[in-house]
Amino acid sequence: MKAIFSLLMVLALVVIATVGAGAAQMHTIFAYCIPRTAFIIFMVGFVCKIISWAKRPVPFRIPTTGGQQQSLPWIKQNKWDNPSTGPQTFIRMALEVLTFRSLFRNTKTVMRHDDGQNPVVGYVSAKWLWLFAIMFHYGFLTVVVRHMRLFLQPVPAPIEFLDWADGILQILAPTIYISDMLLIGGATLLLLRRLCAPKIRYISLVNDYFPLFLILGVACSGAYMRYVAKVDIMGIKEVVMGLITLHYAVPAGIDTSFYVHVFLVSCLLVYIPFSKLMHMGGVFLSPTRNMPNDTRINHYVNPWNNPAIKPHSYAAYEDEFREHMLEAGLPLEKTPEQKA
Amino acid sequence: MKLYNGGKIITGLVIFLCVFLAPFAYNAGKAAYSQPKVQLPKDEKECIESKEYMRTNHMKLLNQWRDWALRDGKRVYVNSKGKSFEISLQNTCMKCHPNKAEFCDKCHNDAAVSPYCWDCHYQPDGGLKK
Repeated sequence: MKAIFSLLMVLALVVIATVGAGAAQMHTIFAYCIPRTAFIIFMVGFVCKIISWAKRPVPFRIPTTGGQQQSLPWIKQNKWDNPSTGPQTFIRMALEVLTFRSLFRNTKTVMRHDDGQNPVVGYVSAKWLWLFAIMFHYGFLTVVVRHMRLFLQPVPAPIEFLDWADGILQILAPTIYISDMLLIGGATLLLLRRLCAPKIRYISLVNDYFPLFLILGVACSGAYMRYVAKVDIMGIKEVVMGLITLHYAVPAGIDTSFYVHVFLVSCLLVYIPFSKLMHMGGVFLSPTRNMPNDTRINHYVNPWNNPAIKPHSYAAYEDEFREHMLEAGLPLEKTPEQKA
Repeated sequence: MKLYNGGKIITGLVIFLCVFLAPFAYNAGKAAYSQPKVQLPKDEKECIESKEYMRTNHMKLLNQWRDWALRDGKRVYVNSKGKSFEISLQNTCMKCHPNKAEFCDKCHNDAAVSPYCWDCHYQPDGGLKK
């Protein structure tokens, strides 16, 4: 139901763009006004979200991360999983962002039986999520970077090279991009994972399905433009360059699928700052990834401690309440005689 | 209002802004982009199909031509108006568009497209150069 609702919402967006740019011919609005507004909302919303997160204190270090922490010199420390210095933490963060190590460590719980047929709970490696995620994210990144050919003039050599390398399979004309297959394949597999695995489906919400359908919509409309509708790419470059150089030329003769694609991308941009897609910036603020485990080296002060409340040692506590404690028969470190 | 780890977070945000605003900076101050003007043949007014069709579908057509000519041995193309053409990049297309740099490359460079036509074909005007 939630999945169908999300799908219908994305289809509604497609209909809005088809009717607005196709039937109603509102080309300037769909080519310039909406993407421009969406980009501004995306940038401002993203920065505001990060700033609002930065205002929240972290009460304590979170040292319970995988791997051996820094200990006695003859115990080997797992520096990338349990770093104790800044540079080590940087490596952990870089590996997390670039290779998704915490997904690679994903496990699933299974029930097996031992030789005597007694039930045994086991934890086995489950790499599928990592595989689908890495396909999807790198596919998406390549697609976004490759699109810079429409945003930059002259096209820089690295972008040209990327476009060539991405189409190196030389299947069909225009050639099929590897990144398109990774993006659409990865997103589809992530969606199927939510739909087919009962436990995942139980916890999936509209805000899990909607971004997947929206991204699939973006990717499929893009692929449709390239492989099926065969849109006029030079006309599109003129429109996109108009967006970038702030010269708004009214485009002519561009297929409606372009406006649908741009509208879906605009929706995605607007959606990012208000949704779980903010993990794009939020991953850098994960306390279990960005805090070195140095609690035994540096004293960490909880930022929300009340400075008016002074430390109160046990010795001072006993000094304050010694008479009452003696009366109640509680054990004392120092009797009143010893104290005196 | 205090920011925790403000220095690092602001640095990150500056990097974010730089990356996403880079296309604006790259094109800043440049004149409005207009589509490249390709060199059109002087004595011929019509291509084998309509201009709109050729603009968007020439790659598909060239791909079909290659398959028909080299794999099926079919050497005659009949266009939508019933006119016949020899299926040949060298003898038909490049008879009117002999200069790759002034015709093909104009748009292909701007769109960063690198078609593999020239892995096999030579261009009449450009000699043996790819």
